[in-house]
Amino acid sequence: MMPQSNILVTAALRMDREGELRSLLESMNHRPGSVNPANSVVPFEQFAQLHFARLVILEDRTAGDLTAAYGVPQVNYPLCLAFVADFDGTADEFRADLARRAKDGLERIFSCCQGFEPRMNLAEWMKEHENASATNYINWVGRTVGQIREEDALRLALENHVQANSANFADNTAREVHAALREFVHAETNSGRLSFNPAPPTPFGWWLRNAAHLIFVPLVLLLISPFLLLYLPFFCYQLRSREQSDPVIAPRVGQADEQKLASLEDYDVTNQFTAMGSLKPGLFRRWTLVFLLWVLDWTTRHVYTRGQLARVPTIHFARWVFLNDRRRLLFASNYDSSLETYMDDFINKVGWGLNLVFSNGVGYPASRWLILDGAKDEQKFKNFLRRHELPTEVWYKAHPGLSAFDLKRNTLIRQGIERSAMSEPECRQWLSLL
Amino acid sequence: MPAVAVAAMKEAQMPLAVEYADVQGMLRFGFAKMSEACYLLLTIRDPGAARAWLRQAPVTTAEEMSPAPSTALQIGLTRQGLEHLQVPERVIAGFSLEFLSGMSADENRSRRLGDMGANAPRNWSWGAEEKVPHVVVMLFAEPGKLADWQESVKRNLWQAAFEEIACLSTSNLGGREHFGFIDGISQPQIDWQRSRTVSVNGNQLSYGNLVSIGEFVLGYPNEYNRYTERPLLDPKDPGTEDLLQAEDQPDKKDLGRNGSYVVIRQLAQDVRTFWQYQEQAARSISQTGSRVAEAMLGRAIADGAPLVPLSDVPMEGVGDVGNDAKRKLDNGLNRFTYASDPDGTRCPFGSHIRRGNPRSADLPGNPRGLIAKLIHILGFGNANLRADLTASVRFHRVLRRGREYGPGLSPEQALQSAPAGDPERGLHFVALNANIERQFEFVQNAWMAQTKFDGMTEESDPLLGNRQPVAGCPFTNTFSMPQEGKPRKRLMGVPAFVTVRGGAYFFLPGIRALKYLSSAGGK
Repeated sequence: MMPQSNILVTAALRMDREGELRSLLESMNHRPGSVNPANSVVPFEQFAQLHFARLVILEDRTAGDLTAAYGVPQVNYPLCLAFVADFDGTADEFRADLARRAKDGLERIFSCCQGFEPRMNLAEWMKEHENASATNYINWVGRTVGQIREEDALRLALENHVQANSANFADNTAREVHAALREFVHAETNSGRLSFNPAPPTPFGWWLRNAAHLIFVPLVLLLISPFLLLYLPFFCYQLRSREQSDPVIAPRVGQADEQKLASLEDYDVTNQFTAMGSLKPGLFRRWTLVFLLWVLDWTTRHVYTRGQLARVPTIHFARWVFLNDRRRLLFASNYDSSLETYMDDFINKVGWGLNLVFSNGVGYPASRWLILDGAKDEQKFKNFLRRHELPTEVWYKAHPGLSAFDLKRNTLIRQGIERSAMSEPECRQWLSLL
Repeated sequence: MPAVAVAAMKEAQMPLAVEYADVQGMLRFGFAKMSEACYLLLTIRDPGAARAWLRQAPVTTAEEMSPAPSTALQIGLTRQGLEHLQVPERVIAGFSLEFLSGMSADENRSRRLGDMGANAPRNWSWGAEEKVPHVVVMLFAEPGKLADWQESVKRNLWQAAFEEIACLSTSNLGGREHFGFIDGISQPQIDWQRSRTVSVNGNQLSYGNLVSIGEFVLGYPNEYNRYTERPLLDPKDPGTEDLLQAEDQPDKKDLGRNGSYVVIRQLAQDVRTFWQYQEQAARSISQTGSRVAEAMLGRAIADGAPLVPLSDVPMEGVGDVGNDAKRKLDNGLNRFTYASDPDGTRCPFGSHIRRGNPRSADLPGNPRGLIAKLIHILGFGNANLRADLTASVRFHRVLRRGREYGPGLSPEQALQSAPAGDPERGLHFVALNANIERQFEFVQNAWMAQTKFDGMTEESDPLLGNRQPVAGCPFTNTFSMPQEGKPRKRLMGVPAFVTVRGGAYFFLPGIRALKYLSSAGGK
């Protein structure tokens, strides 16, 4: 199995180069919201391992909230560029590939950032400017871009074959149809019209680290659980006293901001979402969130690895990343359907999970006990997220038109084709995927 | 505690009764006996005259009258209308963003609503750019009375006040829409008594049809037990004296109270193409045309019966109001969910009524017991792949008040080719909701237009879909009929049967709010 990795490079802009950077990023799009996959700056389509990528200028319009809510003096963070990518294989390989295929373009981009000079080693410079995810979510751990393409070609071929032969199949049992389709796929593979590259072996180092992580987190939790239990009453007191007084800042965004964000959405069945905000001041919120994201990251690495994040099946990749010494949090995700349906899932399916994380952010709708209320204040929650959302200048998806559920269905179809012996009920269920 | 004190406490907690005299009637009644109707789309010629006409307009309220009125009049205003009435800008800014933006002005909204290609606003006969109406005046009358009613309404000031951009006439097809199906069978039941309680953090485990009043009428708690955003005014502002207090913010006056948002869309139906395609499709999968049409719709053409079996247990908000005959009819047509058809073999996933109302609850699988619920909340415990793909419907209901227009055409006549000058026919779709984005737009986008609804691909609503390609999907013009234990039957090349001809979002003010809006301007 080939594991997926990601990078998130952030770098402060040179004040005098912002305009240049913005027009450079713009030149990578056919029009705002629709990237040109073959653009000459970073020709994304040339990267066979790349699932998603984005370039976004982190312009936090809510930086003043800390002052407004808590009277904390405002920190003027420099304007940053973030480059985010999700890909198959290791980050080292990907960076090297970037330096090989997109050297000029990336150098032009990063030249607009502080501390970069074209004579520097691009891959190393990026590595130095990376921020690790506190929690990283992958919809289907191990599914490569190549596999996605192969499986979609398989589904289309089967679909066409079944439709063309529906009369022949009408009187067959499901097992007979399954056997006939296996034969068809076999013939197509032999003639080279379909291909199935076997999954590469799981890298031993990755496997070892993953296994260690699987054990390490519960083990640590177990070891510190007596202390956590002792601390719990104090934690509850600290939490509730804060929850009762934390101010809510969730006005609706202005029409112009709304239009700017909306103009980048709903071209593909998948959309991007980038948001950032400040943590509530003080160590309590900071370490609560560090702890929670550390636990959540364990669940996304070992539990939610097969097509859904708790009840949400529409997220391809997502991450929560601390910035500026854990004083700010960046959230970036790729989700299916429109923002309104995404919000609907957030509120009605995993409101508790959103509260767990985002209630530690300044201005979030009032929550109780870390998981209650919060997102259930529907309009304030939507206002809050939209207000923290950033326009994503450049966004690339390797497989336009395919939703996360499409990918799952296609994988299940392939798995069924690979199985020679399935019972009649299993075959019936499998056929219903087509 | 003495019983009297308990009663008094309960009394104090009882929500205020709805003041029907302040609510426009269409929120409560369909005016079914008034089978004649027309919708006048107006622009304002003279603000003073328009305000004066609106102040004296005989608006029909939601009060029960005896004898029942034989005519009715309802009024809606667009953002442009409010501006032309010279309502203060800060008041207008309190309305929802989608109302302020309008149905046609934003390309992102057009993408989401499927208003692309032939449906694009630039092709509309009204509702885009300079053809956005300011006011809609909806007139209803018993048979034979509409012309007189219209004439009497148009007296006094009318000519000075308004210019007519369109008069949307309607026709009465005896409760059926143009494709031949009974229309408007399933409607949410509004909790006018305010008896419904929703748990903010809990899950509603079974589908119900009783919906909080705040989902349709502004100023009341919605399904999240919150008050939907709406313009709230300072009591010191001139003209606000008669407005009611906001229940959630007693120091404000509630301009939204007892009002709603009305979505109007003119949907032209190509009845000939519809039935001619049904015949052709039926031949390709050896069925009859009406069976294919029924699969596309999700109900029987003869009596509107659902294609899935009725549920044995009663459902909240289904068949529990009205006289015995009405209850029996509703129970026979609406007491069902799709839990009995998880594979879509009886009623295709993509059928119009399954898309329009998937009848899903907050948590799939009806888990009982704390542990089972927890397992489901964490995303486990569903054997069925599609169990949790659609949103819970109680947050996405709309009240439909549409009427047909154009002459009827039977399926048999529809098989003939069109004569020269064949008139346009279709539906004036009218929907009421408190939150356009979460209700109408969500249903239209996520359920009707979305090509990935409920785990499917390459198809949108069989009746409403625009069949436009989407990125990565060169075709979206298919319709799937899952078959038990066999590959699905799949219709290809389904033409577009419906074309959007116009549309707009209106505010349907309460009576007090209408008085305010028609007085506040120009001061």
